Amino acid sequence: MEFVSRTEGAVVALKVKGVRELVARARKAEGGQRKTLAGEAREWPLAVYHALREAGVRHMAFVPDAGHSELIQLFDADKNVTSNVLTTEEEGIAIASGAWLGGMRSVILMQSSGVGNCINMLSLATISRFPLLMLVTMRGEWAEFNPWQVPMGRATEPALNAIGVRTMRAEAPEELIEIVGSAATLAYEADQQIAVLISQRMLGRKKW
Amino acid sequence: MNIASAAPHHANLKLTSRFDLSQRLVALLTRGEAVIGGIGNTNFDLWAAGRRPENFYMLGSMGLACPIALGVALAQPTRGVVALEGDGSLLMQLGSLTTIAMLAPKNLTIIVMDNGCYQITGAQKTTTAVAADIVAIAQGAGLKQARWAADEAMFESLIRRALAEDGPHLIAARIDDKPAVATTERDPSLIRDRFMRGIGTKS
Repeated sequence: MEFVSRTEGAVVALKVKGVRELVARARKAEGGQRKTLAGEAREWPLAVYHALREAGVRHMAFVPDAGHSELIQLFDADKNVTSNVLTTEEEGIAIASGAWLGGMRSVILMQSSGVGNCINMLSLATISRFPLLMLVTMRGEWAEFNPWQVPMGRATEPALNAIGVRTMRAEAPEELIEIVGSAATLAYEADQQIAVLISQRMLGRKKW
Repeated sequence: MNIASAAPHHANLKLTSRFDLSQRLVALLTRGEAVIGGIGNTNFDLWAAGRRPENFYMLGSMGLACPIALGVALAQPTRGVVALEGDGSLLMQLGSLTTIAMLAPKNLTIIVMDNGCYQITGAQKTTTAVAADIVAIAQGAGLKQARWAADEAMFESLIRRALAEDGPHLIAARIDDKPAVATTERDPSLIRDRFMRGIGTKS
């Protein structure tokens, strides 16, 4: 399987070190007071990144969410992956389908609100049997402060299931890493359409 | 007509025929170029213009021909890739033009068949029939090589140039309000499979 070259691997490793330092600094800034599940969870992006690269992912498209920020940084630093910001989530469904047609594996990162934007476009993946792997950070559930996030957060999983996308929900970092590996196989090897839902409880309280 | 000159406003352009332009396009595709045909009449006339295994026909999902073509272009950088889209569909995903301009794939050409209406549902007017100019929008999105084809000859010249020179390119043509001359076979899995075998990503 094609993976990063030694030189590029070193560049990625440096950036990865950067992410680790960011995590360490963030913890220090919090004075080691943060003992929640989320506080211990921030190294999962690195493991998820490795799981996706080992699954042969060479394209990553995203609408940014704070919960995905480290994962986005890791992909951005990888010269063997084309990363691109999307103007809207459904655009990502189409780019991923096109990339598959052309022989390239793609992953899409978005927030649960973005799932609502995708619904009709997911017909493309389900009826044409395009492999699809979406990582969705959840809003509107655990300790949500913004009422506007609640309806779509509640509708995310049923809406995905209704259009024919299978959902796999992760409540803890170790569970997420395992699920991503499994979801990648189901998508790219078994032509399934999978959304991995990353629980808001795991991501931690959001404060603006 | 000089294809490099700024085109006149689209309202003054000749109304061409979608089927005729589709045939002219297919005749110019001699190097296995992949074509993503947008939903509705756009892909129906592509289908009617001659079967090619490198054609992907969309039966749903308005507006996604351009981003699907972008995905193919990224995955197959040495193959020419064409997105064929109608005005009504493109208007749903104008943001995708900015994404294409940002990534700037050299091998991608977008062709817009602009009839100023949703022909297939009863020819209700789109916004391009009144004020919006697809080429001006594309240029504003960052696609500097966006041109109106004033007639059939200019359409062919622009296609030849797009297939020979680095893109991304966008070529728009005003077409009449006629329906397509045939209907694409409605089998999405078959379409996907045939296309992937056609461009060699599945054997």
